[in-house]
Amino acid sequence: MPWAPIVIAEDHCKGCELCVTACPKHVLALDRSRINVLGYHPVELTDAAACTSCAFCARVCPDAVFTVWAAPREELQR
Amino acid sequence: MTLHTPGPESPAPGASAARLIYARPEVLRDRSTHYCPGCGHGVVHRLLAEVLTELDLPAHTIAVAPVGCAVFAYDYLDIDFVEAPHGRAPAVATGIRRVRPEAFVLTYQGDGDLAAIGTAEIVHAAARGERITAIFVNNGIYGMTGGQMAPTTLLGQKTTSSPFGRDAALMGYPIRITEMLAQLPGVTYAARGTIADVGSIGKLKAMIKRACQVQMEGGGFAIVEALSNCPVGWGMTPQQSIEHLKGPVVEAYPLGVIVDRGAVAQPTHDLGCPSPAHPEA
Ligand SMILES: Cc1ncc(C[n+]2csc(CCOP(=O)(O)OP(=O)(O)O)c2C)c(N)n1
Ligand code: SF4
Ligand code: SF4
Ligand code: SF4
Ligand SMILES: [Mg+2]
Repeated sequence: MPWAPIVIAEDHCKGCELCVTACPKHVLALDRSRINVLGYHPVELTDAAACTSCAFCARVCPDAVFTVWAAPREELQR
Repeated sequence: MTLHTPGPESPAPGASAARLIYARPEVLRDRSTHYCPGCGHGVVHRLLAEVLTELDLPAHTIAVAPVGCAVFAYDYLDIDFVEAPHGRAPAVATGIRRVRPEAFVLTYQGDGDLAAIGTAEIVHAAARGERITAIFVNNGIYGMTGGQMAPTTLLGQKTTSSPFGRDAALMGYPIRITEMLAQLPGVTYAARGTIADVGSIGKLKAMIKRACQVQMEGGGFAIVEALSNCPVGWGMTPQQSIEHLKGPVVEAYPLGVIVDRGAVAQPTHDLGCPSPAHPEA
């Protein structure tokens, strides 16, 4: 299973896309194939390897959806 | 795509653990809010939760919630709360301050609450130098009631009660109430930030922290205005509202620290001073 540096509490997501514009690596997008408990398309990480764990997404999100981790060294070396 | 959820727990032998960069503060309860998508109230709640946690204040805090969209702040922040009538949070906070001198006292108010119906309360709490910290979320509109014009609404801005745009000849000019309050010697700290982008959010958090530290150090009244958005009331998408915030809103309401008269440092949580400490005028 691929390692992901962010955890998305997707049932709190309201699909506002503010994180999508704030992400410098452009690796966040709404998953238009799904609808969460609130009735919105939740955000998803499209490229885990490109994410730098900068946490910009977590700092702009009005719904505190993100938990951000820095990769263990083994993952960075891969 | 199924992704493995990282965590610090039990890395493989010889492997390093993932390092936590950011997590939702525990003081911000793990539940969905009623705020519209993209609403800045959520960001301000989170910053407040982070600051209170960093200053070890949650157990010492009594907050006063407003009437406005943030009326349910007590459901989202895991601290003690009192709900005030519309605009009266500074008066309720004054009462709390007088009977609980050791408590950390906070108000959370919108612009309709603080700068319209509650103008007298905020002005006189500030004039008395009440040792309270006011968090003022200015989105230039009455969000809760359906997007009516507020005293803070920009000139030309269309709202449900100014459908042709705010006209100064008919409706007067926007109020920069934080600058007005900053003139009062009882105000130890007054600053304006915004939730418009990552950098500004960091600066806003530093302002909120300073406004809390001022109270902990025995200073007088402290206020932080957070320029915020109301995508629904403004008739914009969340992203459009952020662009509007960065442009005309910040132009009308300049960002920065307006006054910092510096409280006397007391490196303690003992807030047991019964009268507010007044800085020199
Ligand atoms: C005494 C009284 N007058 C009027 C109202 C109606 N009212 C509810 S919220 C509100 C305005 C809130 O605007 P603001 O403080 O800017 O909060 P926002 O919803 O924009 O965050 C008004 C006028 C009320 N609840 N009580
Ligand atoms: S900023 Fe938060 S609520 Fe908005 S789309 Fe991103 S994760 Fe969802
Ligand atoms: S941590 Fe940074 S790079 Fe990764 S998704 Fe969030 S904003 Fe994008
Ligand atoms: S009406 Fe405006 S202020 Fe109220 S929750 Fe919606 S966006 Fe936020
Ligand atoms: Mg408002």
